[in-house]
Amino acid sequence: MNLDGKIALVTGASRGIGKAIALELARLGADVVINYAGNEQKAKDVSEEIKAIGRRSFIIQCDISDSDAVQSMVKETVDQFGRLDILVNNAGITRDNLLMRMKEQEWDDVINTNLKGVFLCTKAVTRQMMKQRSGRIINISSVVGRIGNAGQANYTAAKAGVIGLTKASARELAARGITVNAIAPGFIATDMTDELPIEAKEQLIGQIPLGTLGEVEDIAAAAAFLASNGAKYITGQVLGVDGGMAM
Amino acid sequence: MADVLERVTKIIVDRLGVEESQVNLDAKFKEDLGADSLDVVELVMELEDEFDVEISDDDAEKITTVGDAVTYINSKN
Repeated sequence: MNLDGKIALVTGASRGIGKAIALELARLGADVVINYAGNEQKAKDVSEEIKAIGRRSFIIQCDISDSDAVQSMVKETVDQFGRLDILVNNAGITRDNLLMRMKEQEWDDVINTNLKGVFLCTKAVTRQMMKQRSGRIINISSVVGRIGNAGQANYTAAKAGVIGLTKASARELAARGITVNAIAPGFIATDMTDELPIEAKEQLIGQIPLGTLGEVEDIAAAAAFLASNGAKYITGQVLGVDGGMAM
Repeated sequence: MADVLERVTKIIVDRLGVEESQVNLDAKFKEDLGADSLDVVELVMELEDEFDVEISDDDAEKITTVGDAVTYINSKN
């Protein structure tokens, strides 16, 4: 796989899955813009790591639920790098709570970032990609958007929404050479799952046919494939990377 | 005015693959020139670049004929 000369924008790329995707795209030759919400130092570290392997990179702070900020971010990317080939909509938040206890604010926050944010970023890059007559949009959904999860009504609804948005935009943009696909990660080993007590972890792993948590690199590899030339005939699909949780 | 129409016509001919003779001020992009919704969005984008104007989504929705486009551009320049 080769992404030489491609320009990528990855949202929520200062840590976790977004960071792994940004690094993998860069390793394959892409120049990568690192979007982050709050942690400037971590975003800088990722950006420096990318520059160290000889690719161009810069960081840009932006709340993806803010339409004007998103448009400026995309404009900055195109101004600096001249084009935009790959958008990875990865940024997301959680505000877990049982349905009965969930506050309206918790619902709104998650929908605004995890669903509306994907819409705003997609809309903002579409103009440039339509002009280029090419582009790859990769949305990070979740296994819970396919099978549901107790305590995550907001997150699950947003991630299922991302799947619908992926399919609608794939249909609209196909005639312009732009593909739109989703990745639905399962339970991935991150800082969050590290903190779980042993029993909770064992119970979680019990639901996974392949019997282990996924790694961020598993998601990065799937994203790199969808960004590569080998995936040029794939659009509107949801690729589960979840150890077999949803079949 | 003539110059604007000429430049607009060229863009339409290039983008929609229609004959120059089909492009007149009354021609509707969708009904007369065979454009779909996405074609119209792209035409508006190209007009923005060609004439260095920004056309808001609200204004863009009102541009349905060649004449609408020419009038809009003249009003901005």
